[in-house]
Amino acid sequence: MQQVKINGALHNIDADPQMPLLWAIRDILGLAGTKFGCGIGACGACTVHMDGQAVRSCVTPLSAAAGHEIVTIEGLSSDGTHAVQRAWRANNVPQCGYCQPGQIMQAAALLKETPKPTDQQITDAMSGNICRCGTYVRIRAAIKSAAETI
Amino acid sequence: MTRVVNLSRREVIAGGATGLVLGFTMGFGNFPALAAHAHASEVFEPNVYLMIDQTGLVTIVAHRSEMGTGIKTGLPMVLADELGADWSRVRIVQAQGDPKYGDQNTDGSRSMRQFYQPMREAGASARQMLEAAAARVWNVNANDCQARNHVIVHVPTGRQLSFGDAAKMAATMEIAPLDHMELRFTAADERRYVGKPVPIVDLDAITRGTATYGIDVTLPGMKYASVERCPVYGGKALHFDATDALKVFGVEQVVEIPATPIPSGFYPLGGIAVIASNTWSAQQGRAKLKITWDFGANADHDTTTYRAELEATAKQPGRVVRSQGNVDAALGEAHRRISADYFVPYYAHAPMEVPNAVAHFADGKCEIWAPTQFPQSARTTASQVLGVPFEDVTVNVTLLGGAFGRKSKSDYVAEAALLSRRIGAPVKVTWTREDEIQHDYYHAISAQHLEAGLDAEGRPSAWLHRTVFPAIESTFQPDVTYGSAGELQQGVTDMPYAIANVRCENGPVANHVRIGWYRSVYNIPHAFAVCSFADELAHAAGKDPLDYLRDLLGEPRKLDFAAMHVNYPNYGASLDTYPVDTGRLRGVLDLVARNSGWGSSLPPRHGRGIAVHRSFLSYAAAVVQVAVGNDGQLTIPRVDIGLDCGLVVNPDRVRAQLEGAVIMAISNALYSNISIKQGRIEQGNFSDYLVARTDIAPETHVHLVESDEPPGGVGEPGVPPVAPAICNAIFAATGKRIRALPIDPAQLKVT
Repeated sequence: MQQVKINGALHNIDADPQMPLLWAIRDILGLAGTKFGCGIGACGACTVHMDGQAVRSCVTPLSAAAGHEIVTIEGLSSDGTHAVQRAWRANNVPQCGYCQPGQIMQAAALLKETPKPTDQQITDAMSGNICRCGTYVRIRAAIKSAAETI
Repeated sequence: MTRVVNLSRREVIAGGATGLVLGFTMGFGNFPALAAHAHASEVFEPNVYLMIDQTGLVTIVAHRSEMGTGIKTGLPMVLADELGADWSRVRIVQAQGDPKYGDQNTDGSRSMRQFYQPMREAGASARQMLEAAAARVWNVNANDCQARNHVIVHVPTGRQLSFGDAAKMAATMEIAPLDHMELRFTAADERRYVGKPVPIVDLDAITRGTATYGIDVTLPGMKYASVERCPVYGGKALHFDATDALKVFGVEQVVEIPATPIPSGFYPLGGIAVIASNTWSAQQGRAKLKITWDFGANADHDTTTYRAELEATAKQPGRVVRSQGNVDAALGEAHRRISADYFVPYYAHAPMEVPNAVAHFADGKCEIWAPTQFPQSARTTASQVLGVPFEDVTVNVTLLGGAFGRKSKSDYVAEAALLSRRIGAPVKVTWTREDEIQHDYYHAISAQHLEAGLDAEGRPSAWLHRTVFPAIESTFQPDVTYGSAGELQQGVTDMPYAIANVRCENGPVANHVRIGWYRSVYNIPHAFAVCSFADELAHAAGKDPLDYLRDLLGEPRKLDFAAMHVNYPNYGASLDTYPVDTGRLRGVLDLVARNSGWGSSLPPRHGRGIAVHRSFLSYAAAVVQVAVGNDGQLTIPRVDIGLDCGLVVNPDRVRAQLEGAVIMAISNALYSNISIKQGRIEQGNFSDYLVARTDIAPETHVHLVESDEPPGGVGEPGVPPVAPAICNAIFAATGKRIRALPIDPAQLKVT
């Protein structure tokens, strides 16, 4: 039994401690906003926050998440009004939208640590997140506009 | 004041929309819900796309799949505009797969092209019915009643009736067949939504993480499946041992999906499925399977030798698919002869959401939830593999986490259907990324050979183009070795340059993997070759590439395919309505060039490249600016991309599609490559199947041609000109000509 705190609530999860956090979040807890993209930490679709840092939940075993504060896209804000979420809507960032929870979580972690990121800092922080639709230009614009409001 | 345009059905047809109107009214039996009948319902439901309840809530059915183009918003905008609805009181629901909606195969950049007019008719006819209902309530002349922003106004008195009250009356009235109505359409300057940027309807849910994709669907009692498939196309399992797999925590059973003989079309490849209580356990169990495969007929497929075969074939005369004048004589007499060979590899689609589907088979019926571009085909395929009637299969369409053509093919849906029946429970099949990359319907690998003869002024007098590629039809039929007219129209037979002597040929090649539609399809290699070769000719002639392109395009004209002995399907559209118009190529070329700073000076090892290409009935041009480091490192500071797609319905989404097309084309040009050894795909994930990331994303400027021509494609046309423009820019920057993709940075080093 693994005890994990997700979006402020403690969950006792009966699963192999090696199960990636991603699949526990999705299949066991039923929080579907965190997406599967690659399973090897190469695309960022599964990004969540662990103690405020962006981590890839597809390569984070449950055992490594135990005892830490995990936040998923559903817990980023209570009402979808985190500055990054608002900026995403204002810039009409999503196309298919599938990678966007991961992009938003990555961007929120970036802005928490670096409220006024340079272009290079945005590139460095966001290069692990793939968007196959190609919304990168708008993601960059949204991060900059979110930074204005933080 | 609304300008009332009276258009009879006959006039609409005469206006050139024949296919659209007939497809709408005859394709599925006279617009079924419009058939004359007395309504007993509380809801006014004038056609299959629209319901209005007594509160005035307007529900519009999106029958095309949403994979990121914004079509789930765009088509309802058209209907809502003609209806006179207030968008904030419109709800959009996604249709199930059902022929009553007409074509639902969301591919070929044709949703707006095919359904703009039907949506206008659905909205306008419903509006006129609401106006007639209001006229009955007030006992006035319907011609004095007008729908405006969700109310019906009696123009002489200013009285108003809500949509809800009008719908209540309309629901009790007999509905006239569409072809008995004199439809009036909203004038262009009165449109409230069409032509304006409207946010996509799922925007809020996406940013909250609550939007539902196929992979997010769960059912009570649902099991999770992961399938091990033969690494070689056409292979099958001879024997498997599931002992260790069944010991994995969470694994419940292991079952076989029978292999489909090749060519396997939309049917499952077959394999060994591990069924578990969660996705990860299924994947872990799968890793413990011991399987003995018969690798089948494609176990020797090797992209190195196959490429050499393609290139050798391209050097030989092929089947002639276009011919004008006498190319051989003109080449013989040319002042100068230029030739070049181009290569484009296999690509995998790599949508961020892998193929997946949920199926629940019970009592002889199957209900499916899937991210599918082609829900009617998914229904057909599932019914065929299950051996149950089409009517007993239901396909619910979720959002698609990207698709790019992959999710037109229903093999993954059929897998779920078969497994659910086999295990007697609802099941979700989720492919891994490795599954997606190694068992795709690949974009065709290709080799092309071009030759041109230049006169003393550097103008081409002869053009020879040979293309060799495995055809998509080979995925469905045995022994297909030549491309179809529909494949050759994509940048070969419609070569638009004004050259007196032209011959296009297609050489034969056998196929060894599943080939499928991939965003922009054969326009990718053909535009790469044709637009690169034009640039090569410009440099050979010592001319500015833009000036040279303008000259090549010549005076505005419409290509005369009969005179060129070409079977030109024109993407299924009428050439009268959608001609191949070199004037529009020139127009979008000039628009982009003018805005891109073309001709202004750049630092050393920076360069600009230009290309223009028509595909999916739209015209796209790109100017790309590159910078090439001494180490060969390529960056792309800026891209200007322009589109003439006729009428623009949702300009923000058209811009988004072009921004995305630039990125996809960069993936194609710089990164992506599927290579095969012993029939096995050598790449497996984003670690070795590379796609563009934000570090390469250029500053992108989108330029849209203002037009009231009929709507053309938007999703795909932006991709083809970008890769050749990149390579033309590299030539301008370095003098190195790139003729094979993906670009090898080692070629660009300063030595």
